[in-house]
Amino acid sequence: MSAAAHGVYSDVIRERWRKPRHRGEVPGANAVAEDVNPLCGDRVRMMLTVAPDGRIEAAGFIGDSCAICTASADVVADLVTGRSRADAAALEVADVLNVLQSEIRPTRMRCVTLPVSVLGQALNGSKRA
Amino acid sequence: MRLDEQTRPDFPILQRIVNGHPLVYLDSGASSQKPRSVIEAMNRYYERSHANVHRSIHTLGEEATELYELARDSVQRFIGAASREEVVFTRGTTDGLGLIAETIGRTLAKDDEIVVTELEHHSNLIPWQLVARDRGAHLKAVPVLADGTLDMAALDRLITRRTRVVAFAHVSNVLGTITPVAEIVRRARAVDAITVVDGAQAAPHLRLDMPSLGCDFYVFSAHKMLGPTGIGVMYGRRAVLDSLEPGRGGSEMIKEVWIDRAQWNDLPWRFEPGTPPIAEAVGLTAAIEYLEKVGMERVGEHEQALTRQTLEGFARTAGVTVYGPPASVDRGAVVAFAVEGLHPHDVAALLDAEGIAVRAGHHCAMPLMRRLGVVGTSRATFSVFNSPDEVSLLLAAVAGLRSAL
Repeated sequence: MSAAAHGVYSDVIRERWRKPRHRGEVPGANAVAEDVNPLCGDRVRMMLTVAPDGRIEAAGFIGDSCAICTASADVVADLVTGRSRADAAALEVADVLNVLQSEIRPTRMRCVTLPVSVLGQALNGSKRA
Repeated sequence: MRLDEQTRPDFPILQRIVNGHPLVYLDSGASSQKPRSVIEAMNRYYERSHANVHRSIHTLGEEATELYELARDSVQRFIGAASREEVVFTRGTTDGLGLIAETIGRTLAKDDEIVVTELEHHSNLIPWQLVARDRGAHLKAVPVLADGTLDMAALDRLITRRTRVVAFAHVSNVLGTITPVAEIVRRARAVDAITVVDGAQAAPHLRLDMPSLGCDFYVFSAHKMLGPTGIGVMYGRRAVLDSLEPGRGGSEMIKEVWIDRAQWNDLPWRFEPGTPPIAEAVGLTAAIEYLEKVGMERVGEHEQALTRQTLEGFARTAGVTVYGPPASVDRGAVVAFAVEGLHPHDVAALLDAEGIAVRAGHHCAMPLMRRLGVVGTSRATFSVFNSPDEVSLLLAAVAGLRSAL
């Protein structure tokens, strides 16, 4: 594979695709949601453990997803851990893009936004899986 | 001279450099590129002859009508239809299948049955789901076997006296499977079911002859067969078209209109409401002329050779899985594949960095993806302009992918 291909994704995306920090079931998760990207069929399930005081103690994800979507889910889980429910709900796509440090084409933007949207569903209790 | 050596200079877009590499376009199954003759025919039409068709009593209107109707004659010849009245223009395959489903749907009763197959594109599934829901009919699907062919024994069980429609693809847009159209039609006709064939992936690659296929409807798009977007063909057997009320209303499809009723126009215009895609019909004529000049047998042989080269190459590549019938079997110009440890979208993005365009995802065939046990696949498809060298570039690029992410 040429050097050009290595420039397709940032090091952050490649690193988090190879070794995601938050991939896997979250035992005792009490805020869970799952959704699909209708464009590609990718599926992401976000799992959160929310303490009685509203603080997110643990976050994780599982899913069938591409490198960008996997990296996005991993970053989302990273960013919300330790936050209050309200702070987590305020997470924006821009926050994730900021960490990913990669130019995302319009056709792949849904790969980034899916985990953010699933996070919102988990926090709202809508579309519980 | 190999076919691609002859055709490549005719396709201006092949001069494109993509991400620093000459374009290798392996996505004709989604939409093919266009030869110069198609682009120029459409330009010439817009620059010299454009007007609305059929009711314009002036020179340009007559020229436009003549060109539009000439396209119908070209299609009739291309598919071997018995008469020009059997050729109805639509906006594309999806539009044609929707039109058929709406039209036939009105004649269905509760507990009637519609038979489709597991390898259908959503465009030949969802319209039937809607019809089944609206009419209280039942939708049944013929399973796909492990070798990518249809379970013909199951077909016999699924077709019953209640079956009113059997709708299926001629060539799978994922597996490349060529279905036994004439045989399925024979079994459907035994119970007087109407047969609807999605020919989107067949028309660009196979010589078509409607009488020998025997189906009632055959639908395809121009844009996958070197023609423009925005126009498709719905072939309908004369006896069936005659028996059906129009599915959609508007201008052109009527003879006389009162406030509370109307008398329908003759075939084929009865099924063509509104201003049709005229320039696109002109482009379709040019595309058919291009394919006829090359010869569909030669088109088929060339694409089969590329498909075999790809399948045999992938069979030797570690970590690559291919789907569909084996290389020894005649199949469409489609190779769906997976690279171990990589998501299909990442495969497509990495290949794009090498200038290679392939499709990735569920290919609008989610039930088939479920049957294959995957979320999606990557897919290379071939056309008259693709070369063995391009296949070699694909094989080399894919072989290097696993270390890329």
